[in-house]
Amino acid sequence: MTTSIVDNGVNVEALLGARQALAGAPEIAQFQWRSTVTWLDGTHSRADLETFFGFNEEQRHRTTFSFDIDHPLQFAAQDNGITPVEYVLVALGGCLTAGIAAIAQQRKIQLRSVQAAITAEMDLHGILGADPDVRNGFSGVRVDYTIDADATRAEIEALVAQSQKRSAVYDVLTNPTAVTVTVS
Amino acid sequence: MRYATTVVIGAGHCGLAVSRCLTERSIDHVVLERGEVADSWRTRRWDSLRLLTPNWMTRLPGFAYRGDDPDGFLAASEVARLIGDYAEDSAAPVLTGTAVTSVRSGPRGYLVDTDGGSWHARTVVIATGAATVATVPARLVEQVPAAITTTTAADYRSPDRLPAGAVLVVGASASGIQIADEIRRSGRPVTLAAGEHVRMPRTYRGRDILWWMDASGLLDERYDEVPDLVRARNLPSMQLVGAPQMLDLNALRRGGVRLAGRFVGVREGTAQFSGSLPNVCALADLKLGRLLDTIDGWADRAGVDAAPPQRFAPTAVAGHEQSAHLGAGGIETIVWATGHRADLSFVDLGVFDRKGRVLHDGGVTTEPGLYVIGLPFLRRRKSTLIDGAAADARELTDHLAAHLDTVARRAG
Repeated sequence: MTTSIVDNGVNVEALLGARQALAGAPEIAQFQWRSTVTWLDGTHSRADLETFFGFNEEQRHRTTFSFDIDHPLQFAAQDNGITPVEYVLVALGGCLTAGIAAIAQQRKIQLRSVQAAITAEMDLHGILGADPDVRNGFSGVRVDYTIDADATRAEIEALVAQSQKRSAVYDVLTNPTAVTVTVS
Repeated sequence: MRYATTVVIGAGHCGLAVSRCLTERSIDHVVLERGEVADSWRTRRWDSLRLLTPNWMTRLPGFAYRGDDPDGFLAASEVARLIGDYAEDSAAPVLTGTAVTSVRSGPRGYLVDTDGGSWHARTVVIATGAATVATVPARLVEQVPAAITTTTAADYRSPDRLPAGAVLVVGASASGIQIADEIRRSGRPVTLAAGEHVRMPRTYRGRDILWWMDASGLLDERYDEVPDLVRARNLPSMQLVGAPQMLDLNALRRGGVRLAGRFVGVREGTAQFSGSLPNVCALADLKLGRLLDTIDGWADRAGVDAAPPQRFAPTAVAGHEQSAHLGAGGIETIVWATGHRADLSFVDLGVFDRKGRVLHDGGVTTEPGLYVIGLPFLRRRKSTLIDGAAADARELTDHLAAHLDTVARRAG
């Protein structure tokens, strides 16, 4: 019987504490996420993220995070950054992997390595308006995890399944969301 | 104004189990029933429905199934008759056709108002059931085009009472899978929208799955012992049918039912289904695997003589639907099998949480002398099974009797 301490670097006590606190004050659960995207040139834009709202007050990241968004040379663009659709893969992989770490911590499973290979299929006929039967977005997304951990295969599969169940980005991708775009 | 030491509200199997226990303790009481004994079994079940638990599991305080088919499953009308027989056998003091309109504090404990006058009571046991109201997702209902015929699992009766055309069944718990299967067999195209569900074989290693869960003690797991009670109380019902067959999503697909993810919205007359079906199926497959591991482990330790362990093929989800047209030529009927809830709106006491759910500790509410029974995982995993009423009724009656003693001592 091992008595080693499982540490995936996730403060589960803080997360569980937050869940407890929310039960007593449901309004503090209302969050708002923000991003400002500024056009630079051509298909090149930059997203800046600094503030968000939550726990009943204005919050701030440690620093302003900036991300370049562009399209590759093959699209006659300058490739100053990854494409918007690739950011979706970044978001999905980041969300699911964070979930895996947190759930593993809570289930006392030590992770040694976790890697997600994410692929998304897309038919350009959609965004080019060339075929009305083809949607603009992905026709499908695949995530393949390679995980080394002190756990059985079934336990690892359960981690990955539970992470999807509790993932915000997975939910955003799999379910419709009302999107309102206005001009000020 | 009449008086009873205890007013029991509802003459279903739970209310009658409590009544039997109260009689054993010589606690004078009345059982108020808005309709007939076993009313829901008479009026709120589809025609072909059979009880999901085998006949041998129909065990109530001082009464049990005594027929010659212990492994069979009673039809709804037979359940109603059995519960009626139980009321008679117990000589239960039932007042039928008496609808309770409110329960509030009164000078001697509680004041129970009915459409046939009021009762004073020292104690009240609410046994109106966990499934009084069909819950339909309001946000979705308002998006469904008016031309679509909609019904709920509680109002559905048989395929021939539905309009012709394709049918969308929303929800893949016990009701949803059975209704989808039955409508498909009637020849209609059927799409089943499945969210989280509890996959379950009817038999395992040659015995009914509920025999394993009963014998191994899984159904006796207590509310104060499970790690996550909120989750346990909100689990969908097991995918079971009252017949010797396994009706899971694979079986439904083989039968020609189209599978889709959770029904999440309507856009331009098209129903949208979640892309999460592979994951909810993976969760259900893993959960079933863990259950069977638990059963096998127990079988080994207990030395049960049974067929060798088996595992079921993963749920196949390739090619599931992501959208479906609502209206002529597409889906023309929606059956909401999205669950049900207790309706305790007649209780004018501060025993509810912010979402209107009754707060209780194993059926004991925060109002001294006020009890609920028959809710999901009230005191045990089996609390909503007929077989779960006996233990819960005994323990709550014990608590109630102790409460009466305390009140009597204080008065003396």
